[in-house]
Amino acid sequence: MTQRKLGLIVNPVAGIGGRVGFKGSDGQEILDRALEMGAIPESPKRTIEALKKIVSLKSRIEIITYPFEMGEDEVRACNLIPTVIGSIRKGATTARDTQNAARDMLMSKVDLLLFAGGDGTARDIFDVIVDKIPALGIPAGVKIHSAVFAINPQYAGMMAAEYLEKGPGSVRLCESEVMDTDEQAFREGKLESKLYGYLKVPCERGMIQDVKMGSVAGEEASMDAMAQDIIDNMEDDVLYIIGPGTTTRAIMNKLNLEKTLLGVDAIHNRQLAGRDLNEAQLLRLIEGKKARIIMGVIGKQGYVFGRGNQQISPKVIKQIGRENIIILATMNKILSLNGRPLLVDTGDAEVDSMLCGYVQVITGYEERIVLKVTA
Amino acid sequence: MKKDIKLRRYHSPVWSEPVIMEMGHPGERGVLVPEAEEEIRATVGEAESCIPANMRRKELPRLPEISQLQLLRHFLHLSQENLGMDSNIELGMGTATMKYSPKVNESLARSPQMTEIHPYQDERTIQGILEIMHKLNLFLTEISGLDQFVFQPSGGGLATYTNACLFRAYHASRGELEQRNEVITTIFSHPVNPATANAAGFRVINLMPDEKGYPDFEALKASCSKRTAGLMITNPEDTGIYNPRIKEFVDAVHGVGGLCFCDQANANGMLGIARVREAGFDACHFNLHKTFSSPHGSFGPGCAAFGVREELAKFLPVPVVIVDGDQYHLDYDRPQSIGKVREFFGNIPAVLRAYAWILSMGAEGLLEASQVSVLNNNYLGKQLMTIPGVVKYYDQENFRMELTRFSWEKLKEDTGCGAEDVQRRMIDYGVQVHFMSHHPWVVPEPFTPEPCESYSKEDIDYFAEVLRQISKEAYTDPEIVKTAPHQATIHRPNTAPLHDPKKWAMTWRAYLKKRGGSGLSEL
Repeated sequence: MTQRKLGLIVNPVAGIGGRVGFKGSDGQEILDRALEMGAIPESPKRTIEALKKIVSLKSRIEIITYPFEMGEDEVRACNLIPTVIGSIRKGATTARDTQNAARDMLMSKVDLLLFAGGDGTARDIFDVIVDKIPALGIPAGVKIHSAVFAINPQYAGMMAAEYLEKGPGSVRLCESEVMDTDEQAFREGKLESKLYGYLKVPCERGMIQDVKMGSVAGEEASMDAMAQDIIDNMEDDVLYIIGPGTTTRAIMNKLNLEKTLLGVDAIHNRQLAGRDLNEAQLLRLIEGKKARIIMGVIGKQGYVFGRGNQQISPKVIKQIGRENIIILATMNKILSLNGRPLLVDTGDAEVDSMLCGYVQVITGYEERIVLKVTA
Repeated sequence: MKKDIKLRRYHSPVWSEPVIMEMGHPGERGVLVPEAEEEIRATVGEAESCIPANMRRKELPRLPEISQLQLLRHFLHLSQENLGMDSNIELGMGTATMKYSPKVNESLARSPQMTEIHPYQDERTIQGILEIMHKLNLFLTEISGLDQFVFQPSGGGLATYTNACLFRAYHASRGELEQRNEVITTIFSHPVNPATANAAGFRVINLMPDEKGYPDFEALKASCSKRTAGLMITNPEDTGIYNPRIKEFVDAVHGVGGLCFCDQANANGMLGIARVREAGFDACHFNLHKTFSSPHGSFGPGCAAFGVREELAKFLPVPVVIVDGDQYHLDYDRPQSIGKVREFFGNIPAVLRAYAWILSMGAEGLLEASQVSVLNNNYLGKQLMTIPGVVKYYDQENFRMELTRFSWEKLKEDTGCGAEDVQRRMIDYGVQVHFMSHHPWVVPEPFTPEPCESYSKEDIDYFAEVLRQISKEAYTDPEIVKTAPHQATIHRPNTAPLHDPKKWAMTWRAYLKKRGGSGLSEL
């Protein structure tokens, strides 16, 4: 096996708010209060749990990490020898340090960036690396809405080990959602999640290509097929509202239109009718017209409405009607739900109830799968 | 009473055998074909003159030139480098129903009455073959409760495609084809069902399993509409779970005017016990090379029997074997037939073997085969559930049918070794890899054994012991599992060239062209 490089970033304060009932740890003030109350950081322990699954590869990988509590301590705790880069103020790290670390690892050309933290950490890392290198999250924060995290630290370790062992190119990467939750709103009891971006994460389940089992359509091929299905069935003079995400982006790509990845666009007679629209603009556009909504699904969680697409408000949905909603998802995304139903949380109980029941989700060209939607 | 099972010390032969195309010498011959005598040559002319001018080769074919002894040795070496059905315990290969193909049937299949005939012969000269086709058809109508079978499909996928074409023809004949563009299937049915329905032009509606592992009935009801052409479903599914509401499924689809097809690849646990007709099905297929003992794979060929109710027989592919008094005929006069799905009328050696097998088993034998298969599978299942790392998905209490879907999920979580790693290590004990799952992998790290009636208690115990041993290794010394195989013919093939259009080759000629004749060193 060729020598591979694993980048490791630990957010030492992630998860610290959880046990003491704070919903997150963004901000020095919150952090100080939590520590005063005797909160113990979760991420070092979780990181060690993950690293234990990589120990067997030690002779074949180089672990590049940041000093002290940002990774070095955890690596040494597993009797592994890290390559330490960068510098920090011990005991006083911030989001800036996470970003510096991500930048340094990008420059060190790591094969995989493993990080421990929550949605905030994922956001900081995404800001720097975008889709330039693959990344994977060890869940150690309170806010874990992003699909970039493994279901537990052990799985994170195992997935990282598998990726490093098989090598880039042999394990498929999935574009996984980075969600940004407004922490202040969260504390006030309102969950307002925004789609922040996509990291490239090693695919979890058995969609790995193996010639013995025959070939499986890759994500891109699947999305291309779904997009073709939508386009072939598109009617003239109907307004199509295109929800955010990579799956719906494939439709716009096929029509040679640019998609607002994290926002809502509209198409009419295969031309762009609106970009990055808010609720008011959407309502104006659909006024008096026949309209349909095309939505993707947030990975792992399964949200269709209510996370990252608040522009498509209950009012918009009510006006368009349940029968005019089209949902797309790759098989990979559906399997990541692990048998759980699709979810909606529009904020309006009546609309939620209208959306519940069985829906046909498009998974390929003239291919549908029947899934349950619940609120 | 626990017996100590001694695992064999297995090592595969390694011959580093070349490809036949690289062997022999110009002029070397295995058989010297006698020359025609002077008198014959004078009358008939040269042999070439019997071949139409436009079919005569310009150059000699680049066939290997090799003598008999060296050729025999070569193929024997190749066979020794494989783990085959005859040489090892193949019960891990679930859904394939790896039962013993009686060698005595090979003498039938190789007799001149089989090998020296031609499908274009006048039907009056192949009455024996047609009689066998007709009688096998009768056996299958008895087993399934349906009314007419044909053997034209060469495998399960072609059978399900035939069915999709039949759905098309049926609805077209009623002027409803445009309206009925959807076929419903389940995620645990064999993937040929959605694939062939799709290829035939239908939109496929897939149903997920519910928590018990049955296809979701509420989802089915929500999917039935005036757009439904029909249902194509495997029962029991690849999980080994028999859908107890199957008749309700069929009724629901019939209720909206659709037809129902049962993919009977997994029929081995049902012979003489349950018939698709009673569940209401309109059509079904059987794999003669699975349930009915005809050999699999390259010793095949395969053959699928496709059968329908009386009312649908007019749509069957032509020709259909019919009886008129004591004369058998190939009936092509069927104006509403979907046409042909394949050349000629079937892989007859497979039909012959299936017929011979059923005759040798009798009705009681078929029933016993099914009962023993189910018993074997549940006996194995009980053992496997005591192996650390094994998990069974869905229904935990009830018996499964003739196969069961398990998962190495817990092993993977605890040790990092998953289904693929276990597979590679099994070979070191001289046991064929276990089948994992068709795509998509709803059950993670899957494996699906099927100990059909051919396997003895010792075989089953040995297989379970091999898996137990590998589990033990995974927990104590995972490296040995992760780096397996250690005693096979080769360690791990580099499969990357098989994905690269610049490197893959289906023929020797293509291989030479792409590799510049550098040999097989890269594999």
